[in-house]
Amino acid sequence: MVELLAQTGLNAIYAAAYMSLIAVGLVLVFGVLGVINFAHGELFMIGAYVVVAIYADFQMPYVLAAAAALVFVGAVGILMERTMFGPLRDNPLGGLVASIGFLLILQALVSVQFGVRMEHVPPVTQDVIVISEKVRLPVQRLAVIIASIVFLSLLWIFLRKSKFGWALRASAQDREAASLQGISITRISIIAMFIGGALAGIAGALTAPLISVNPHMGHSVIVAAFIVIIVGGVGSLEGAVVASIAYAFVHTIITTFWDGVIADIVGLALMLAVLIIKPTGLFGTADRA
Amino acid sequence: MRSVSGRVGIWLLLAAVLVLLPHALSFSQQEILVFLTINILLVASYRLLTLTGEWSLGHAVIMGVGAYASALYTKEFGIFVPVSMVLGACTAALVAMILSYPLFRMKGFYFLIGSFAAGEIIRLFWNRFREPFGGPKGIKRIDPMPDFDILVWQFDFFEPVSYYYFSAVVVGASLWLMWRIERSPVGLTFHAVHWQDKLAEATGVNVRAYRTLAFVVASGFAGLSGALLAHYIGAVNPNIFDLELMVFVLTWTIIGGTATIYGPVIGCIALTIVNEIVLREFGLEQMRPFVYGLLMIVSVLFLPKGLESLVQKGLARIASSGLDRDMGRERETPGS
Repeated sequence: MVELLAQTGLNAIYAAAYMSLIAVGLVLVFGVLGVINFAHGELFMIGAYVVVAIYADFQMPYVLAAAAALVFVGAVGILMERTMFGPLRDNPLGGLVASIGFLLILQALVSVQFGVRMEHVPPVTQDVIVISEKVRLPVQRLAVIIASIVFLSLLWIFLRKSKFGWALRASAQDREAASLQGISITRISIIAMFIGGALAGIAGALTAPLISVNPHMGHSVIVAAFIVIIVGGVGSLEGAVVASIAYAFVHTIITTFWDGVIADIVGLALMLAVLIIKPTGLFGTADRA
Repeated sequence: MRSVSGRVGIWLLLAAVLVLLPHALSFSQQEILVFLTINILLVASYRLLTLTGEWSLGHAVIMGVGAYASALYTKEFGIFVPVSMVLGACTAALVAMILSYPLFRMKGFYFLIGSFAAGEIIRLFWNRFREPFGGPKGIKRIDPMPDFDILVWQFDFFEPVSYYYFSAVVVGASLWLMWRIERSPVGLTFHAVHWQDKLAEATGVNVRAYRTLAFVVASGFAGLSGALLAHYIGAVNPNIFDLELMVFVLTWTIIGGTATIYGPVIGCIALTIVNEIVLREFGLEQMRPFVYGLLMIVSVLFLPKGLESLVQKGLARIASSGLDRDMGRERETPGS
């Protein structure tokens, strides 16, 4: 029983690691641009497909593929900002609808290029850290956990210490006041979309060898990400991380001891409960609807 | 220029076109016509919901509630199909009523996400519980609409033409009802709740009650469209009512525009034509999501008021040119 719990805990930490990469990007984009990016799950999917193309098909090193995913999906984020979110800055509903349109385009392009069937990504390493008879941690999962901690720490340092980070947080708090201070909202929005896209892309790249890669994999991810950012409080990066961890534990434990669908239902019900009781989320203060 | 007899003439012409239309089409096109009719009801009901300013992402699932309910009533209790369709619509309205208690504590973005979550929960329940929802495979062999005869006309509802007539009458009546609702004091209050909710509240309007009412009525019509669908295709499963359908409803609404009742209907018809004629002809069906996505972005960026704004401009031009003719030349060059 203890071993089962320990294994479940490890699985949950792994899930929390990649979930928080996705959720933090989504929150960042919402905070700065004020738009909810429905295509965020598809950015994750694109990241995974970059690995399929470069690592699985062209046999290049995995690290290179992951780096390419980071840059490429970040660039897709910039493309989204330039073509859609920028022109639609004062129209949040329009931005949301446009992002749903973009989601369909990304799915269609990937389906045409790679087919709708599941892609197999060969494992990068087969090594498993055996903690005890029934508690095992594949090195690949450990890599996801470490990478996630590294990237989130880098982001945190960037936001706290650099000038751009200050400007970014300022525009997330109050766009108008920030632009009065001489901060270019356009530039900040581009940076935010790049970071959001890059984080989703690297999450996809890191998990590609561990999960089934298909053009519709973004759906379950975006649902989970919504749950996480609502529970954590829309606009709160720390909240997103904490909620990712909490959600991953709840979801993994219910999946292990009951079943996956019930876990999804519980997750969504939790989110509804938070929306009803405290719509700004457990960590949220900013009220931007 | 718009006399009463002229209007009656236009409506009669429209009715004649609608009656004759299926006979000019191939069998597969007739089937598409049935789906189009059902989708028109769905999208028009969605517009009714948006009148109060709230955009839901659970409408496709609510349609599914009507479909599942009507299917189950006929299968489990042997209820006469047309009656069970109405009951299915009522069930959808009832479910919406229950959902509205938590959902209307939220507004705007939160309502959007909340309705999405509520819809997903319902869909997961269909997936999870084999009894009575049939799990992922859904419900099969749903009773079809029983055949009947009116005078010399025989209606065999396996024929798309017959089902088209039946659903066109139901949808036409529903559209008329929705139009009456919008024109009634209740409908005007919906508009007030959308554009001036603080003012409406200050004048004693129970804003939340009206939001709930719009949501419940719209859900009832969506449920009816679901019931129409269920008894035509004879099988329902959770995947029919997924986010993709919801995205299509959104697309139709956005591309058509929401200011008038015909806006979303135009959007639905236009995209169905694009889909079934253009894409199918060129063998590009796989690219359907791509085209839909592109159209969605383009219309949000460049035609934010939808196709209906083009129709309105056209009508205004016809009206003004008519006026010019009536009033002589002095109107033509106001500048000089």
